[in-house]
Amino acid sequence: MQLISKSHIVKNNKTVANVNTALAAAACALLGTSPIVQADESVWEMDTALLYYGETDRVTAVEGVFSAKKDFGDEHIFSGKIVVDSLTGASASGAVVQLNAQTYTRPSGKGQYVIDAGDIPLDDTFHDTRVQLEAQWTQPLWNDMRGSTGVHLSKEYDYLSIAVNGSLAKDFNQKNTTVSAGLSLAFDTIDPEGGRPVAFSEMVIDEGQFANEEAYQAAFDATRQKDTDDKTTVDLMFGVTQIINRRMLMQFNYGYSMSDGYHTDPFKVLSVVNDKGLTQSLVHEDRPTERNRQSFYWQTKYALDSGVADISYRYATDDWDINSHTIDSRLRFNLSDNTYIQPHFRYYQQGAAEFYQPFLIKGITLPTFASSDYRLGEMTAYTLGIKYGVKMASGNEWAFRLEYYQQDPKNADFEAPGMLQQLDLYPSVKAVIAQVSYSF
Amino acid sequence: MLKKARITVVIMLFTQLVGCANLGVQSWERDLLAKKEMTLDAEGIDLGLDDHIYFSKEATSGGRAFAGGGCGCN
Repeated sequence: MQLISKSHIVKNNKTVANVNTALAAAACALLGTSPIVQADESVWEMDTALLYYGETDRVTAVEGVFSAKKDFGDEHIFSGKIVVDSLTGASASGAVVQLNAQTYTRPSGKGQYVIDAGDIPLDDTFHDTRVQLEAQWTQPLWNDMRGSTGVHLSKEYDYLSIAVNGSLAKDFNQKNTTVSAGLSLAFDTIDPEGGRPVAFSEMVIDEGQFANEEAYQAAFDATRQKDTDDKTTVDLMFGVTQIINRRMLMQFNYGYSMSDGYHTDPFKVLSVVNDKGLTQSLVHEDRPTERNRQSFYWQTKYALDSGVADISYRYATDDWDINSHTIDSRLRFNLSDNTYIQPHFRYYQQGAAEFYQPFLIKGITLPTFASSDYRLGEMTAYTLGIKYGVKMASGNEWAFRLEYYQQDPKNADFEAPGMLQQLDLYPSVKAVIAQVSYSF
Repeated sequence: MLKKARITVVIMLFTQLVGCANLGVQSWERDLLAKKEMTLDAEGIDLGLDDHIYFSKEATSGGRAFAGGGCGCN
């Protein structure tokens, strides 16, 4: 590197223009960085990853990612990403655990499953494959301004999401400060197997009370809406990135998100229990059709002598009354010039949605909205992980990541009647995340 | 008293602004910041995968990037 720069200096020291080039090259040599790569020398940067996510007794997902990026010259950058994931296993239905076995109808209406006494009601119907495509184009516009625009598409068996985005960023203060504003519009369509349940309709369970299959099907169909439903989301994001000093930079983002449409999970139910805690019936959940969210995000990166500290905090609040705090930290330690190790710690805490209820009480007037989805309840979660990366002589990089994620749902001051007091209504969810990445 | 408070606030704001103007580095001091691992989207693949996991398992999403849209993930 230094030899090349030196010869460059000797060869080009006769004209002012060449002196400038030489100084730039010399500066690069002194700073130990690569000289500016010419636009026409740019190559495709490829990143690939395979991720395994496995919960104990619940969902297992395998996700593959392929991403490519290229600078076509003068910071005209294209990036694209393909994600394919496969999901199998069981998900909490929302019903409460009981001291007796419980029989449930599958969301499609075809078939039943039985949950043993004392077991958490998990619906093991889930089996889905999802494909996600993304493309983004970024280029300079005028006066230190950059523009970026992109599309996002995600398709699974019963769900389609299409989004477009655009953003502008402007540099100030010798490129030490960057201010950005972005807009994203998303349109989602849902068409669940078996139809969308009618709000608070009772789950039809065939226990021999129907004269024939047609009578059962008619009763089931009465709880379903057959047409598709949709949701539109508008996201606004404003950000400031500030270089603090030679080692530190910070980013602040404010996000505002408005969504309108179908927010209900068509696969979730609530148990209606009596004063002894015994399930009397199961009803389908219903959520509000609007949600307005705000997020405040702060991130700091600090260059250590041999590594990087990356710490972020997010506060989020919305009109469903869910407030959350997230702290995320990644500390990279370079073990040598081409290997590093990176511990990861994340802590998350959220409050319950105003319509969250772990169960409904028989005889009490139905609320306007209700869901017993534990993901809308009070909970804390943490992630502990470690990553090891190694750069090959070719410049390509392998990385291996292993993490443990645990969610601990909490009781948001709900009084459990009768036998429910003896049962674990808020079980923890434990998951292992393993990932292999290769960049070339 | 009120006037004194106003002057104090103005002085504080002014010093803050001056402080902001002093933040940052010259172009030749960007050696550490120019490293790939110091960019905000370093490990973009990992961050994208994490966003998807937590979007599916928690009630809050976004912050680093846009929150909306996505998938019907359970």
